[in-house]
Amino acid sequence: MIRDEILKKYPAENESILMILHDLQNNNPQNWLSEEDLKAVAAYLNTTLSSVLGVATYYTMYSVKPRGKFIIRLCNSPVCHIEGAEEVLSEIERVLGIKIGETTPDGLFTIEATECLGRCAAAPGMIVNEQFHGFLSKDRISGIINKTKI
Amino acid sequence: MIKETRITLKNAGKINPESIDDYIAAGGYEAARKAIGMNHVEVIDEMVNSSLRGRGGAGFSAGLKEKFTNEGCLRCAQKYVVCNADEGEPGTFKDRIIMEMDPHLLIEGIIIASHAIGANKAYIYIRGEYYLSIRRLQKAIDDAKSKGFLGEKIFGTYSYLEIEIRLGAGSYLCGEELTLLESLEGKRGYPRIKPPFPAEKGLNGFPTLVNNVETLATIPTIIGLGSASYAKIGLESSPGTKIFTISGDVKSPGYYETVMGVTLRELIWDLAGGMKEGMSLKAVLIGGAAGTFVDESVLDTPMGYDTLKEKGATLGSGAVIVLGENRSLSTMTKSILDFFKHESCGKCIPCRVGTAQLVRMADEAVDKGGITTDLLARMVDESKYISANSLCPLGQSPILPLGSLQRYFNDNTILK
Repeated sequence: MIRDEILKKYPAENESILMILHDLQNNNPQNWLSEEDLKAVAAYLNTTLSSVLGVATYYTMYSVKPRGKFIIRLCNSPVCHIEGAEEVLSEIERVLGIKIGETTPDGLFTIEATECLGRCAAAPGMIVNEQFHGFLSKDRISGIINKTKI
Repeated sequence: MIKETRITLKNAGKINPESIDDYIAAGGYEAARKAIGMNHVEVIDEMVNSSLRGRGGAGFSAGLKEKFTNEGCLRCAQKYVVCNADEGEPGTFKDRIIMEMDPHLLIEGIIIASHAIGANKAYIYIRGEYYLSIRRLQKAIDDAKSKGFLGEKIFGTYSYLEIEIRLGAGSYLCGEELTLLESLEGKRGYPRIKPPFPAEKGLNGFPTLVNNVETLATIPTIIGLGSASYAKIGLESSPGTKIFTISGDVKSPGYYETVMGVTLRELIWDLAGGMKEGMSLKAVLIGGAAGTFVDESVLDTPMGYDTLKEKGATLGSGAVIVLGENRSLSTMTKSILDFFKHESCGKCIPCRVGTAQLVRMADEAVDKGGITTDLLARMVDESKYISANSLCPLGQSPILPLGSLQRYFNDNTILK
């Protein structure tokens, strides 16, 4: 059972929780934390489900509902904003046929907004899982999405 | 014409960041070796005498912070160094550049700081989205350990030091030092009431030195050069160099390291290639969202913590966001306020409700053609109230951009 192996990598102390949640989520093909995951973490750390859920829902990188195989995180900070992030977002939404925060029915893509990615010299920018794409414009979006699928 | 002075970035682009041998060949780990051979109080004295000011934005004396943490308690079971690598201030990417291009420099700085305060455990709390930085730092830690610079008996002495990387998970607020400590302890990112400061009661209640990446990465230079030589660089009140990250309407946006005291005019025209074709300057936002807008009257002010303060501006993280004349200050302001609203943790009601109220005011104004001076005055009042009644720097931030707009752009046409 992968879940138990992941838990055992970390000391059973409350301070491990962020690292454990990252690891569990990264090992889930749909990039999320299930109720079973959270219960297992609570049992391992000898704490309550509500406190684990409290941490999991405070931090925006965690999700307690299934997401796509690829998570598009579009930078929403002021620099990317003035460089046209809004227009880029509409194009991503149009190409994928979903709104921000949603996942495509085939389970491939989720669109999210993120705060400053520290790539302001290449604004507007986004990351698709770990891959950064900068100098985005409307006409580059379908190309990036099609290439990601392959 | 000013040129870059690369001290912290001296290796950037010149060495393979994943090779410890490259770093050592460039003189790396010599400063750590020297510091470990010194009495720890001597190291702290060097840091105090260098007058280095914290590069995270607050500009507090890095040496005094070490001194207070060292004296936090005399017989503590534990002390910690925590590297704040939770870079998230909009427009800022200096820490990412250091970690991606010269990760060993940061590790060396942490070794020296840990020796200075007597810590044998250090954490790097890094943004979860900084994937390349995380990988390179982990490799740097592993390689330093295999060379005997970390772990047991470092540099052949009886000292012990372990560095552990911890990932953040998407909270701007966790870049604030007390909130960062809450997050490191595995809690939701809510700010703590201070005092006590981390120097006294930090991580798990023990004395903790929390320093920004750029601050720690400067330490090897200070120990290497000696504090007297270092203090002569830059401004007397803000010595040394600073990495500025320039974005917006310039021809060559990017990162530039210069001596403190550089002017905005030099940064924009000498280093960043000037304004984009056919554009004239409207405003510069210095320091990110928690920063200040200035107009061309500040172009020739030497940039330092105190010199900018006299102009009602802030150096902050060193972000320089350049806005051409066609940019709408109202839209930019709305975007900044959206950011604060989103990142407010909700612990202090004036901040939770106030940041939402500011967004509503800005939203309505943008729909009606822009923020007016009357509305701006009300927004400034609101942000003063938020600032006075919030625990952490987030609630104390909206006043910075709003107050500076009122100081430099208090005109209905320009505010549009």
